[in-house]
Amino acid sequence: MNADAPAKINRPLHWFAVLAAMATFLLLGAGGLVTSHEAGMSVPDWPNSYGYNMFAFPVSKWTGGIFYEHTHRLWASVVGLMTTILAVWIWRKDSRKWMRWLGVAAFLLVVVQGVLGGLRVVLIDTDLGIIHGVVGQTFFVLMCALALFTGGFWAKICEQKKFNVPRYLRMLVLSTTILIFVQLILGATMRGQHAGLSISDFPLAHGKIWPDTSAAAVARYNAERIQIMNVNPITAFQIILQMVHRIVALTIFIFVAICAAQAWRSLGKRDPLTRFAIFWLALILMQIGLGIATILSDKAADIATAHVLGGALSLVTGALGCIISFRRTARLPEVQTAPFAFGTLAANK
Amino acid sequence: MAGLVATQITRAADITGVITLKGTPPKEVEITPIMDNPDCAAMYNGKTPTTHFYVVGPKGGFADVVVSLKDASGNDLTGKSTGASAKPAVLDQKGCLYHPGISAIQTGQKLIVKNSDNCIHNVHTTSKAGNPEHNDAQMPGGADLTYTFNKPETLMKFQCDVHPWMFAWVSIFDNPYFCVSDQDGKFTIKNVPPGKYTIEANHRKLGAKTQTVEVAGKDVTVNFTFDVK
Repeated sequence: MNADAPAKINRPLHWFAVLAAMATFLLLGAGGLVTSHEAGMSVPDWPNSYGYNMFAFPVSKWTGGIFYEHTHRLWASVVGLMTTILAVWIWRKDSRKWMRWLGVAAFLLVVVQGVLGGLRVVLIDTDLGIIHGVVGQTFFVLMCALALFTGGFWAKICEQKKFNVPRYLRMLVLSTTILIFVQLILGATMRGQHAGLSISDFPLAHGKIWPDTSAAAVARYNAERIQIMNVNPITAFQIILQMVHRIVALTIFIFVAICAAQAWRSLGKRDPLTRFAIFWLALILMQIGLGIATILSDKAADIATAHVLGGALSLVTGALGCIISFRRTARLPEVQTAPFAFGTLAANK
Repeated sequence: MAGLVATQITRAADITGVITLKGTPPKEVEITPIMDNPDCAAMYNGKTPTTHFYVVGPKGGFADVVVSLKDASGNDLTGKSTGASAKPAVLDQKGCLYHPGISAIQTGQKLIVKNSDNCIHNVHTTSKAGNPEHNDAQMPGGADLTYTFNKPETLMKFQCDVHPWMFAWVSIFDNPYFCVSDQDGKFTIKNVPPGKYTIEANHRKLGAKTQTVEVAGKDVTVNFTFDVK
């Protein structure tokens, strides 16, 4: 028996894990809406809401920013409960020791995430808000991994004997996933500035390929900007941050395109990982489109939030791709396939 | 006669002036989210309020400019606050907007924040000068909130996160020599002791301009002109 595969597929457990992962994705959206609507501090107390027990806060008072922040807290409670159930279920029913501890890790992480969100509010700490955003996406990756590890697809991968993935390709997928995580941190830091758009045009930046970030130029940008929302003034740091975010986005696109091309060449067009990589590329293209739309729509809340969700999906796709490609190659001899070699396909049938 | 002149030179005087804006400022925009919020929209009878970043009178008078005194070298005047005994300043939340949008107080002076609306607001302050940050709930018809701040600060932000278009900016000085220009761009700093000073006019969007001024027993006039391109 393979120690990585479930001894027997527990379909109810697997589908509950999938449901919990989907609920987590919705929670990311709810959290994204909170920041996009600048509503993060609209409920000044925690864990109560305006003095009420969170679960008894009257619906009539869910107005303005309170609606987004309060429903985010309620949905977070649902996800916390589902994670707890999942962790207990895995502990009781899954024979894999590493899997049980992974369930415990998910439980602990959701508790940490809840506390981070609460402390962000009671300590009025913007930096904690950025960390809360990043940990939320990391938690989502963990929940998707739990769903993967409980399913039949994972069991099949664990039983395969011939499907290895060339080392260079595995490293490329891993590096790209790490770069997406860095991009996520950049994006969370940008949103945590609460300064609106530091660059409001695309593809140029303040009318240039590289924007002027002198004190006089930044003063002019602030003088000309008429914003409805209570955003902070733009700084040179924020402008540079957005430029780095744009450059990293382009880099990610190139890396993912190479991953897809190399997967096609090395593994064949019908290999699940090749299809995965093509899906990843499509996702990155969509994410770039959403990023552009965020700028051109003057950071419309729904578009900006969709961009956050696109980032989450891009990260989890890369992470699951890493897990699958490394697992397929574990304890198997390396196939010495040179990168960019034409017509080389691993025998995979 | 010499005694009379000496008395005049040592007498406190006022600094008055007019601030004007030259050029065409960016157009204000309608605060459309107000009308999407039923609690707030009810107070406007269908007429959407606009932003007020550049408030300019018919003759070019520039409002909402914070005018203050520094010492002759341009450093803050400190240790001269009379805030503890000053009349409290008032910041009101009315029509889901802060009134006034720009104000100035002394260190130690009470700032009373009112909620004159029929809806919940939260009063959230953000300080860059080390003043304590606050985030307090204020229910409709609820008690006024009172704050004091002990550190000078230029344009500290007050915001409501329930209604994220609501913000006000409060400058805090460690002396009583400041004011905010009115709708016609006029300002008066009262009872300034004799001496040489730097006078600063600071607009939230256009930044600060300074001039030197000397008070020698009689009222002084200083005017400022801001430009937009």
